[in-house]
Amino acid sequence: MKIRGKTWKFGADIDTDAIIPARYLNTSDPAELARHCMEDADPQFPDKVGEGDIIVADKNFGCGSSREHAPIAIKAAGVSAVVAKSFARIFYRNAFNIGLPIFESPDAVDAINEGDEVLIDTEKGTITNLKTGEQYTSTAFPPFMLELIEAGGLINYVNRRVQD
Amino acid sequence: MGMTITEKILAAHSGKKKVSPGELINCRVDVVLGNDITAPVAIKEFEKIGVESVFDKDRVVLVPDHFIPNKDIKSAEQAKILREFARKHELTNYFEVGRMGIEHCLLPEQGIVGPGDVVVGADSHTCTYGALGAFSTGVGSTDMAAAMATGEVWFKVPESIKFIFQGEKLNPWVSGKDLILYIIGKIGVDGALYKAMEFTGPVISSLSMDSRFTMANMAIEAGGKNGIFAPDEITLAYVKGRTKRPYTLYESDADAEYAAVYEIDARDIEPQVAFPHLPENTRPISEVGNVEIDKVVIGSCTNGRLEDLRTAAAVLKGRKVHDRVRAIVFPGTQEIYKQAMKEGLFEIFIDANVAVSTPTCGPCLGGHMGILAKGERAVATTNRNFVGRMGHPESEVYLSNPAVAAASAIMGRIVAPWEVK
Ligand code: SF4
Repeated sequence: MKIRGKTWKFGADIDTDAIIPARYLNTSDPAELARHCMEDADPQFPDKVGEGDIIVADKNFGCGSSREHAPIAIKAAGVSAVVAKSFARIFYRNAFNIGLPIFESPDAVDAINEGDEVLIDTEKGTITNLKTGEQYTSTAFPPFMLELIEAGGLINYVNRRVQD
Repeated sequence: MGMTITEKILAAHSGKKKVSPGELINCRVDVVLGNDITAPVAIKEFEKIGVESVFDKDRVVLVPDHFIPNKDIKSAEQAKILREFARKHELTNYFEVGRMGIEHCLLPEQGIVGPGDVVVGADSHTCTYGALGAFSTGVGSTDMAAAMATGEVWFKVPESIKFIFQGEKLNPWVSGKDLILYIIGKIGVDGALYKAMEFTGPVISSLSMDSRFTMANMAIEAGGKNGIFAPDEITLAYVKGRTKRPYTLYESDADAEYAAVYEIDARDIEPQVAFPHLPENTRPISEVGNVEIDKVVIGSCTNGRLEDLRTAAAVLKGRKVHDRVRAIVFPGTQEIYKQAMKEGLFEIFIDANVAVSTPTCGPCLGGHMGILAKGERAVATTNRNFVGRMGHPESEVYLSNPAVAAASAIMGRIVAPWEVK
């Protein structure tokens, strides 16, 4: 799979309260969550983000709560992938489980500027900055994750298993 | 080579003699937990899986506690999803208003979790039960759905970090909250990312259960997968008469391998305060300076237990909250509430002009029951001080132990308990 999009940059330790503040968690409707995506990190983000855009962030993205509403809000806002130096572990699981592709690549994060177009090759695990032509590698998905992704997320995967 | 307590528990639950860090395992879980924010999403996913019932009706636990008592129509609808699911699947452990408490205070108290268990909860502070010598960790709603259906979860076996607290006793007014804030201040909010945090040492051997819960609770604030204590007499005295299922006691082997070992001298630790907007921004109370406050919140799954309320009451007794400050206490569970009432703590709080709330997560996550306005500043005994955590994005949260919070409520600025006049 190839993912191509325009980038938005964020700093370190972007927490789940910044991604989707608890004041909006009385619903789990993706469209409604998307309207407040990243609001406490950048109040204008929900208006300016476009379909297919990519979030590029520093270390420990998604730290804090276990709310799956966070990756759901990002995905529903149209974001096609998140590239970060590292992810908090529950966010990491959740993103895979709901089908939001995420990539760890400190080099890519340092070199990409906001607004650059990037191309991600999910099979090869490469991230290319189309503006500069530079290419970076990302940690490959662990085998277990590949299986999950192939099945189309955790629920389909489990579904398959309980039918066996 | 030996195994850590975390590795032993995971091995036992995945049918293996030995597991090593990095290994992917499929693990049997003893308890699966969800709340009124995460369970509705999980229930929706569960229904797509196509199984008739949950894997075990005694082991799927639902606790509505976040927007409870329901703060508005939308949250009432969310809570209703839990209620109907609990009825349909005849769940033994569903806790309605009047019986409920904050999930991480409630589960140990009700004996639902015990030493040696593997617990997953769709709430990041599920790591709290490590205080009992269980492996417990937060997952997302989809993980919860799969676990409800199968009774299993996949894990990558984490590396462990050992924290040894040396010394004979803690400094005055220092409790578990200060030990954990001190560590987070040292290693940062991702200092234990993906790792197990094991707490040991002479100071830990005499640490109360309530303080241990506080420490395990905040493992996630260092990015940890779990926080864990080897069970001892203090643990056993706590679980006795509570835990209904048989339990197993594990401890780390002397030759177990650790990714890092930290030795900490308890004499170096004074009460800690985490400044906005990350739990790692800690300062000892002597270096806080003049920080005026508008609000004090004492409670939550971090510090809403009896020991915490007793400490706050000891500071507040015979005194009054500063004119400029609103103070609120929210006990963790109905049982804690009742005990605090019996001991006369509520009288002390009320005489001091502190509001006492029913058990709820309420203010801790900026949900309801005391939200901060723009520019307001709070001292809270909770676990997170992220931007907007307790209200307006331009409000501020300072994290502390209950003694510092109570003292600050009286003085109107952040102070140590010994500064209260
Ligand atoms: S008290 Fe706060 S941290 Fe604990 S479960 Fe509730 S919202 Fe989460």
